[in-house]
Amino acid sequence: MLTAATDPGAGSLPPTKSPARRAVSRIDLRHLSLLAVLGALVVVGALTKPSEFLSTDNLQLILTQASVIGVVTVGVTFVIIGGGIDLSVGAIVALASVWATTVATQEYGLPGILFCALLVGLGCGLVNGLLVAYGPMVPFIATLAMLASARGLALQISDGRTQVVTVESVLDLGLPDAYVLGIPPLVLIFAAVSVLGWLVLGRTTFGRRTVAIGGNPEASRLAGIAVKRQRLLLYLLSGLCCGIAAFMLVVLTGSGQNTNGNLYELDAIAAAIIGGTLLSGGRGTITGSVLGVLVFTTITNLFALNNLQSDVQQIAKGAIIVAAVLVQKGRTSS
Amino acid sequence: MRELRRTGDSPEQPPATGQFASRRNLLLGTAAAGAALLATGCTSNETKDESDSGKQPAGAPGDKPGKKVTIGFAGPQADHGWLNAINEEGRRRAKAYEDVTLVSTEGSNDTAQQIGQIETLINKKVDVLVILPADGKALTGVGLKAMRAGIPVVNLDRVFNSPQAYRCWIGGDNYGMGLNAGRYIGERLKGKKNAKVVELAGMDSLELTQERTRGFDDALKNYPNIRKVARQAAEFTVESGQKKMAELLQAQPKFDALWNHDDDQGVGAERAIKQAGRDEFVMVGGAGSRHSMDVIKADNTVLKATVLYPPTMAASAIDLARALGQGKGVGGLAEQEIPASLTLYSAVVTKENVDQYLPTGFN
Repeated sequence: MLTAATDPGAGSLPPTKSPARRAVSRIDLRHLSLLAVLGALVVVGALTKPSEFLSTDNLQLILTQASVIGVVTVGVTFVIIGGGIDLSVGAIVALASVWATTVATQEYGLPGILFCALLVGLGCGLVNGLLVAYGPMVPFIATLAMLASARGLALQISDGRTQVVTVESVLDLGLPDAYVLGIPPLVLIFAAVSVLGWLVLGRTTFGRRTVAIGGNPEASRLAGIAVKRQRLLLYLLSGLCCGIAAFMLVVLTGSGQNTNGNLYELDAIAAAIIGGTLLSGGRGTITGSVLGVLVFTTITNLFALNNLQSDVQQIAKGAIIVAAVLVQKGRTSS
Repeated sequence: MRELRRTGDSPEQPPATGQFASRRNLLLGTAAAGAALLATGCTSNETKDESDSGKQPAGAPGDKPGKKVTIGFAGPQADHGWLNAINEEGRRRAKAYEDVTLVSTEGSNDTAQQIGQIETLINKKVDVLVILPADGKALTGVGLKAMRAGIPVVNLDRVFNSPQAYRCWIGGDNYGMGLNAGRYIGERLKGKKNAKVVELAGMDSLELTQERTRGFDDALKNYPNIRKVARQAAEFTVESGQKKMAELLQAQPKFDALWNHDDDQGVGAERAIKQAGRDEFVMVGGAGSRHSMDVIKADNTVLKATVLYPPTMAASAIDLARALGQGKGVGGLAEQEIPASLTLYSAVVTKENVDQYLPTGFN
């Protein structure tokens, strides 16, 4: 099964097809159902709350809400495609946001906060990667351990307090004055990370190796891929995405708190899965994951606009995950 | 004074860099290690001008020292501001009494662990116990055990299942919080036709959130000109507060008042309001954080009031425990004995009275 190594993101298709056709069929098969779900949600929104839902403000809001979890999901998608799992993303976001907003860090202003958030994210990713790749530990256990200790450390540093950011340049990034042509900076970061992720996964050797080690690690090793190193890099990448997300969250909420990023791991994995990423690895796309995130964010937005309470929201969210996956299954297998 | 944060514990220092094969990786590794060391310097949370060591609690105890009393204090893990304040208030109050020795356990959210800690306190034969259970129902048994051993229990806030498990209960009033928030908003919007009110609730899975909402709704019933047009539940976190508030603002283009159940999530809500550039309504908070009180005092945002759920109850619990240990009643009341239960009043803090409450605001 060496095709997996040479055929990025499309293990089920014969490798003889031209890249262009392959791209088209990939969009058709994998993402049409998600686009349909998204379209249906927009229709429901337009019918129930026309003026509130179909407005520039609301589009900005949905995209902003999607941006933080979106960046995390891009990282998680890489890890899952590479045959791993990262349960620690929410905890890393919490730790990075807390560490980046301590009184001492805030003295260094925006660069200090950004640097610290990225570094903590990378550091946690490095530990995850070393444990999984060279431990070797089962990813589920290694990242579960990271989840526990990162949350613990976040609590210890913050002492349970909400650390309010006083650095003006950071706060201003989240306000309407900072919007570029009507696009919030956070959305721009999300877009940049998504496009980069899409390019790296689909157009580089790094991406092909990721798909290969997720599809068949043994064959990849025999084909000369440094599987361990690749795994380490994937967790580093996920950690980096968490660091970026933590900075974005600090900008968005104007604070750092040890409860930040609560259940991000589940939201990110769910978005990747309904986006068509195979939980066992070897297949998946960034486009799908981004669509998955947008579907979830649009659902919560729609529910809030219609003043539905959290009990109904949760029930419906579960039902929609099941429906989206079933619809997708029906489409890809036909 | 909080002890200085340790700065040595970094989770991300890579294990021995010798594992790296190539030179590039070695470089990368050492760079990361160096940077991680640098970053560890950034965990300090001490403000330069933090000097609340000498601060006296509001209404500091004035009566003469009496019989020596040893009080055992067991609370849950302080993982957010309010619980933190509970621990601090209790500790500070005990220190202010010459005749009180406080033996406090390390806070725990684990029921079994907390039971163990309280049993240790019983075995140590403390004179009185002050217990804020992680879970009132689950810790009823150990409360009973203490009472049977002849140690009076002061049950703080989260109530035990059986009145036999405590001598005195003291705690906040969630229904009253909602009621007072509703009344304040009602009075502020008096005479305004078709006034719209929005509610940003706390965690919906908790009974206290339902209680707060019930009180709020009951209060609003007295004002027929007011209608509650929307309610969303956040999760007591800044992040969820920002998210749910942003959605509420989008859903309601114009309203007159907002009640937010919790000042911690309020930090996020205020951020969302600022991001949306809205200011046509009054906002009322809940719990009484230091941050909220500072904002109310400055009077330059929509936040005009907050309804207390006072952490000073821990200080009062120490007072009660001391009185129980010395066989005294509560000063100012005719009763010979300490009351069996004390429900605290949820005062509304506004710009007018904020100075009085500022010392009780928690971080």
